[in-house]
Amino acid sequence: MADATAGDGIAPEENRSASGLLLSADGTPLKNSIARAERRARIRAFLLILPLLAFVMVSFIAPIADMLFRSVENDIVADTLPRTVVELQDWDPASGVPGEPVFEAFYADMLDATEAKIHTRLGSRLNYEESGMSSLFRKTNARRLGRIDDTQPLAPQFEKIDEDWATVEPWAILKTFSARYTPGYFLQAADMKLTPEGVESVDETQQIYIKLFWRTIILSLTITCSCLLLGYPVAWLLANLPMKSANILMILVLLPFWTSLLVRTSAWKVLLQEQGVINDILVWIGLVNDGARLVLINNQIGTVIAMTHILLPFMILPLYSVMKTIPPSYLRAAKSMGANDWVAFWRVYFPQSIPGIGAGAILVFILAIGYYITPELVGGTSGTFISNRIAFHISTSLNWGLAAALGSLLLILVMGLYWLYDKIVGIDNVKLG
Amino acid sequence: MRLTNLLGGTALAMTAAAAAGAISAQELPACEGCADSMTIVSWGGAYSNSQAKAYHEPYQELTGIEIVNDESSAEAVAKLRAMDEAGNVTWDLVDVVASDAMRLCDEGLAMEIDADADLAAAPDGTTASEDFGDLLVSECFIPQIVYSTTFGYRTDVAEWGGKTPDDICDVFDLEAFPGKRSLEKRPINNMEWALLCDGVAKEDVYDVLETDEGQAQALAKLATIKDSVVWWSAGAETPQLLADGEVVMGSTYNGRLFALIEEQKQPVAMLWDAQVFDLDGWIIPAGLPDDRKARVMHYLNFATDTQRLADQAAYISYGPARKSSAPLVGKHAELGIEMAPHMPTDPENSKNTFLYNYEWWADYRDDMDAKFQSWLLN
Repeated sequence: MADATAGDGIAPEENRSASGLLLSADGTPLKNSIARAERRARIRAFLLILPLLAFVMVSFIAPIADMLFRSVENDIVADTLPRTVVELQDWDPASGVPGEPVFEAFYADMLDATEAKIHTRLGSRLNYEESGMSSLFRKTNARRLGRIDDTQPLAPQFEKIDEDWATVEPWAILKTFSARYTPGYFLQAADMKLTPEGVESVDETQQIYIKLFWRTIILSLTITCSCLLLGYPVAWLLANLPMKSANILMILVLLPFWTSLLVRTSAWKVLLQEQGVINDILVWIGLVNDGARLVLINNQIGTVIAMTHILLPFMILPLYSVMKTIPPSYLRAAKSMGANDWVAFWRVYFPQSIPGIGAGAILVFILAIGYYITPELVGGTSGTFISNRIAFHISTSLNWGLAAALGSLLLILVMGLYWLYDKIVGIDNVKLG
Repeated sequence: MRLTNLLGGTALAMTAAAAAGAISAQELPACEGCADSMTIVSWGGAYSNSQAKAYHEPYQELTGIEIVNDESSAEAVAKLRAMDEAGNVTWDLVDVVASDAMRLCDEGLAMEIDADADLAAAPDGTTASEDFGDLLVSECFIPQIVYSTTFGYRTDVAEWGGKTPDDICDVFDLEAFPGKRSLEKRPINNMEWALLCDGVAKEDVYDVLETDEGQAQALAKLATIKDSVVWWSAGAETPQLLADGEVVMGSTYNGRLFALIEEQKQPVAMLWDAQVFDLDGWIIPAGLPDDRKARVMHYLNFATDTQRLADQAAYISYGPARKSSAPLVGKHAELGIEMAPHMPTDPENSKNTFLYNYEWWADYRDDMDAKFQSWLLN
């Protein structure tokens, strides 16, 4: 820039240095002082957002990263049984039960582990891979290990503690999961499993996650569509009614927002159940036979109805704020030039409301895909989402690794869909107002 | 585990009044170097209320300390693990079911207890370990109550033509007892009941369930009623479903059904057949600082003695875990009805009971759950 401006004669002669650079009032090159001022402004801007950034990092990004890291982390085996893991490296499951050196290392490791009382924790971890590991490790406790005579061969003595130690399976599991990082959780999340022989797909009777991912996507799309169908006319009304009635309508839209989520969900239970209000009315007016009441809850219908209601404001509000900016004169202009109502709407009004549809649809879809409490309460077995399984593994089965893997997959899925949306619709084409 | 040991004692004399055992401040040993407040975690609702009435309030009156109640027992295992990882355990005493206590013990999150050293002996001098007997299922667990998971049914179902279910297998009999049933949305108990009603002998249930064929058999039996089942995940759901007439029979905890029948006077009766006994009790989080630990041990010694456990039964229909408490169980504190016939351990109710195998479920829980949930999806 200095070269470009040096010879154009804009700056007065005395503000030039010997080399022809522009100088500021204090004699430093103008380029430097502009850069300094800009740097100061940048630092000030950064300092202004620093508290928020720090807050987000500490309370949001770091915990999520930590949680996601658990999906591959597997320190527990190598930390609890360090010597055994080393000995098992050269052992081949096909060659039968490992030899005495492995048992010696295992005995030494287990003495330490039982003293620190962490052997049962390892058992719980390995039980996720193979049923029975939990009690095997619980049985191999300090009391029983104390009875072992380490001058005699150890293998038969371990067999006495539990005959499973004389089989290949527990050792093969230990070897398979001895690495500090494992793909095991991600494989499980994709209905596969890591076995000593390699990656296998799990038995058909245990496949669940792929199905749940699909169901989550399809139901979330259904919910998004029904929110759009119901929300679009309401938003249009809101944007086009006189102020006074629009305000009342707006309160009606916002009212559910101010009611507890649990209350709203429970209200749907009362309405939708077989002996509930809706069925009672249908039977009373004779539309439905008393013996054949509609099953509206504890299935996908229940989930779609309740979640559509709960997420509807997230569709209406962005739509409304976009529609508010579309001048009504455009429609009148279209009609004055001979368009009928439908053409005027479809060719003139609708294209202008697309940014609102995009914003609303993304909001509703992303909220729906991670929803948990409503599907749990009204979804029965066919209307639950992948998030219900994540919650189950966090709070009930304590398999946090698998929960983290499922959560990571869900995150990747959402980002993938976002990318797809950007390709098809374009993310610039989204407007919140 | 032989929970049946309890039955004799409970049967003997549940008539003695519960009021006899008020303790005076002099009898309660002073607590040296103890924290002056403690956080107790429990299930909330009627159950927490019964604990407050029987344990917390008398203890606070005697010591003047503050007790903070937290109703997080349902997520206790996960929360304790998270607290432990964060290195900041804020709970002092946690009420959990026995299987969770075992898991917390396995994970090193609960403190081991020496029953005889830490807990009060029975009034007649019987040691605590003998008084609790087989109910001390884990080294970290101090049992409070015996509860059971059993069925309730509506007594006004016209389609049943006057018949009432009296056998667990009536749950699987859609011809004689049409209508919806509610079952818990997890394999525990359901798998056992299914096998029992598919001709498996009671003592063989877990051996059969250990095999793939046995699991398939149990699921196939459940499949015969799958279309008529509403699956619940919270204990309060079945009572509500029964009261609304949404289901004609359903499984839940016996105390919930007691409240539905006796307090809310709904047309519901207990099935009791093949009820599954389970235990609920205390665990102490591992690694408490000394002053808080001293306070908890002091409280526990008081709150799990013979009289206090018997007192709790005046507020809720769960059987006390000490043998010596059984003769002291009296009337319901508000309803004034005898509690004995409503206890799961009452001989009339426990003619046919099923003993839940903790060890087995600790091993097979993950595997069975995957299969069960996958079965539910299909």
